[in-house]
Amino acid sequence: MSIFRNAMFLAAIAGLFAGIVMTGLQSFFTVPLILQAETYEAAAPAHDHGAHDHGEGVAADHHHDEEAWAPADGAERTFYTVLANVVTGIGFGLLLVAVSEMAGGIAGWRQGVLWGFAGFAVFTLAPGLGLPPELPAMPAADLFARQVWWIATVGATAAGLALIVFGRSVLLAVLGVALIVAPHAVGAPQPGTHETPVPADLHQRFVVAVTVTNLLFWLVLGAAMGFVRARFSGPIGTPQNSLA
Amino acid sequence: MTTSTTFGALESAKSRVLPLLMTGLLGVFIIAVSGFAQMDVVHNAGHDYRHSMAFPCH
Repeated sequence: MSIFRNAMFLAAIAGLFAGIVMTGLQSFFTVPLILQAETYEAAAPAHDHGAHDHGEGVAADHHHDEEAWAPADGAERTFYTVLANVVTGIGFGLLLVAVSEMAGGIAGWRQGVLWGFAGFAVFTLAPGLGLPPELPAMPAADLFARQVWWIATVGATAAGLALIVFGRSVLLAVLGVALIVAPHAVGAPQPGTHETPVPADLHQRFVVAVTVTNLLFWLVLGAAMGFVRARFSGPIGTPQNSLA
Repeated sequence: MTTSTTFGALESAKSRVLPLLMTGLLGVFIIAVSGFAQMDVVHNAGHDYRHSMAFPCH
């Protein structure tokens, strides 16, 4: 029980901190670009995904429809972005603490940075190669296909990294590399057309902004977790204090 | 590192797995809801965040 509680504590502190930092970064680097892209969305013929084949039953058109509640622009919208960032920061924190504890735990902030790099590679870099971050008003392939590819890529990259780092043989390392490469050999689902009113230059800046802010998010998350864990684990080996 | 190898890994390797697994699953659940859930309200609330995380959500 105390393991679960300690893990929750670590994830909550690190996730809260990283989520708040992330919001600051986003409001400077990514959100202005999103707002700029939305002006094209308003101008474009109704960002309906009807242009590309969605199969049936995909009701998830880009709903800024009048029916659904959406936060008002400004403070309210920012508030919900903070909330989403903190909640997901804690979610990623829980995942990180679970995996890292199974591997022996994060020894300090510096090791936490390395774990952060791994998280970035798994959740941002690998899926972002095939499915670059999108701005509003950009076309995209079938949602379900993209989600499947995204989840498979994240899983394969994580497993591949684990095999390389923790596998005890060359063969396992080679298998790990193969797992990391495989999703890109298969290729991500792409939209039928890449036509969009969003200027390429704006999108390029957005891809850079998203990638860098996510890198910083993961480094902060990992470092904060390593730092807090080292702080609170107390004298080495005392059961009540160590997360182990 | 030392804490877990001296105490955890030897003594309670088994008892660690279940709570850590629960922790990980809770994390996955939270990420799934905030990143992928199709409910309009969740989507609109997290809109900027989702674009900024490059989740394939719509």
